[in-house]
Amino acid sequence: MSVEIDKSKCVGCGGCKSICPGGLIRMDDNGKAYIKYPRDCWGCASCIKECPARAISLYLGADIGGKGSRMRAEISGDIINWIITKPGGETEEIKINRKESNKY
Amino acid sequence: MNIKKITADILIIGGGTAGCYAAITLSKISGARTLICEKADIRRSGCLAAGVNALNAYITEGHTPEFYADYAMKDAHGIARYDLLLSMSKRLNSVTAELEKLGLVILKDENGKYVTRGARNIKINGENIKPILADAVNALPNTDVLNRVNITDLAVRGNKIIGAYGIGVEDEAFYVIEAKAVIMAAGGAAGLYRPNNPGFSRHKMWYPPFNTGAGYAMGIRAGAEMTTFEMRFIALRCKDTIAPTGTLAQGVGAEQVNSLGEAYDDKYGHSTSDRVYGTVVENTEGRGPCFLRTEGITPEQEDDLKKAYLNMAPSQTLKWIEEGGPREKNVEIEGTEPYITGGHTASGYWVDINRKTTIDGLYAAGDAAGGAPQKYVTGALAEGEIAAEAAAEYIKSIKAAKIDETDISAHIAEAARFLDKSDKPSFTAEQLEEEMQKVMDEYAGGISANYRYDKARLDAADEKIRRIFELSELLRASDFYELMQIYELRERLTVALSVIAHLGARHETRWHCFAENVDYPGRDDKNFNKFVNSRLVNGKIEIILRDIPKGGASE
Repeated sequence: MSVEIDKSKCVGCGGCKSICPGGLIRMDDNGKAYIKYPRDCWGCASCIKECPARAISLYLGADIGGKGSRMRAEISGDIINWIITKPGGETEEIKINRKESNKY
Repeated sequence: MNIKKITADILIIGGGTAGCYAAITLSKISGARTLICEKADIRRSGCLAAGVNALNAYITEGHTPEFYADYAMKDAHGIARYDLLLSMSKRLNSVTAELEKLGLVILKDENGKYVTRGARNIKINGENIKPILADAVNALPNTDVLNRVNITDLAVRGNKIIGAYGIGVEDEAFYVIEAKAVIMAAGGAAGLYRPNNPGFSRHKMWYPPFNTGAGYAMGIRAGAEMTTFEMRFIALRCKDTIAPTGTLAQGVGAEQVNSLGEAYDDKYGHSTSDRVYGTVVENTEGRGPCFLRTEGITPEQEDDLKKAYLNMAPSQTLKWIEEGGPREKNVEIEGTEPYITGGHTASGYWVDINRKTTIDGLYAAGDAAGGAPQKYVTGALAEGEIAAEAAAEYIKSIKAAKIDETDISAHIAEAARFLDKSDKPSFTAEQLEEEMQKVMDEYAGGISANYRYDKARLDAADEKIRRIFELSELLRASDFYELMQIYELRERLTVALSVIAHLGARHETRWHCFAENVDYPGRDDKNFNKFVNSRLVNGKIEIILRDIPKGGASE
């Protein structure tokens, strides 16, 4: 369980670094974010929701059955659009409206 | 070392659910200068960083606060404080209304009434519950928030709180905070035991891995009376992702089934500990692995489940997308490693009805406060409110006190020693943490021991944890993040020793798995219908057995 930060997309705002509950994200010498302690990630996805550049994705470690998919989020207003990209490039999207309650 | 000295009327340690609500309450009822110190950022800290799927403590129509308090007493098999539970239950609905006013989305029916999930739960969209609370706190007058300031110890003179010490991980500063009253709202303890996924995904756990039990450790060191550390919490979760199972069980009515397809819910009872125990027994008797029967749910149900999990445990939705959803495949379940948390079980500070601890001026709320299990989100809010009201009243007659320079120097010297780069340590805090988790797992009833323990093993655990504590003196940090890791390890070791002492003191098995004492496999109401409390006196943990106060279902 951890996150991956795409340095080519990172705009260096530091939002992920300041929001991470574990303080696990740092900025490198070029001002780009990276996760310094990937094994200590809880998988809460706070950084993904905070990133304005949509540069961060969540993945499952192989030790918990991960198969290489990456999950990122595009947020506009109350809509969170979760986009899952499978290793073959195939994608799946799930939209959540923050103003709608869970059914369960 | 950069030293920052701050004064406040009321210091709140931990800006999670209880801490944020305490600050909101203080701002309403008093002009107190309030300071929240939070080890992360209050926008996404504590148990609710990822969100929460439902409010599990609510008085639904046709029920009373007494109904909720009775339920919690029964689930704890009688070891809980009815007075605390009732005072909390009476506020569950008013704090919920306040949360809705702040912006929480709660599902309503066509008549504008909340839609319930069972007798005590209501449905919400809790993805952004923490940002909602944080925005409210950040807008308060007279309230300062220090994010990334990790409180490490309390300052107590006589039996009275006068402040606290901490470290700023980003500004690399040592903090000395003087306050007339302190509300302890730090979280419970994760990471005492070897986790379900001990490798790369070691932090894929039920409870926030950043909650180290610091609040308990500070209280133990300060000589506060603590309660019920032996009532560990073990969650029944989805395998690998350690995502919640209640949403499946209550949401789509999924039964627990063994590998033969037999439902076993009714065989073992329905309390939280019984559900975990049933799964352990089915596994050990050769009928595992165990599952929640979700095969055959409708495509709409599956879609709604994927969304519900995205709002609280996104990894489960990702797993379903990678492996096939719950409609095609039953969801495998497992018990987690044990945690200590006053929000689910009864562990924590021994408090009075105002949530005052046994130290004057020190109040506890949420996971930190003992005696009132099944708090969940709304119970933590209610306790934050109660503690804030009491603290506001208390400071009216209190003059600010100065912390002694000698005490300050001793605390700074300790931090400086860990930061001394002249001697090279032989090992890291991470290695000692792994050793601690292994010891707790094997000797103090972790997953690999099927949560069982006996006196000989507990004695061995005690000796080994004390040795690790001694070794932790030799650790060295190259920066303040590593310094925090050393303090975190020592907090966990302090709590672990109390857990071991409490497990050994309850000579019965009242709760399967939570406290499965092999030497005493039965329940003993004659001798142990009591609280097991403890205090650290001259470095020794003294056990105190206390009667259950009268009231409620145990009568």
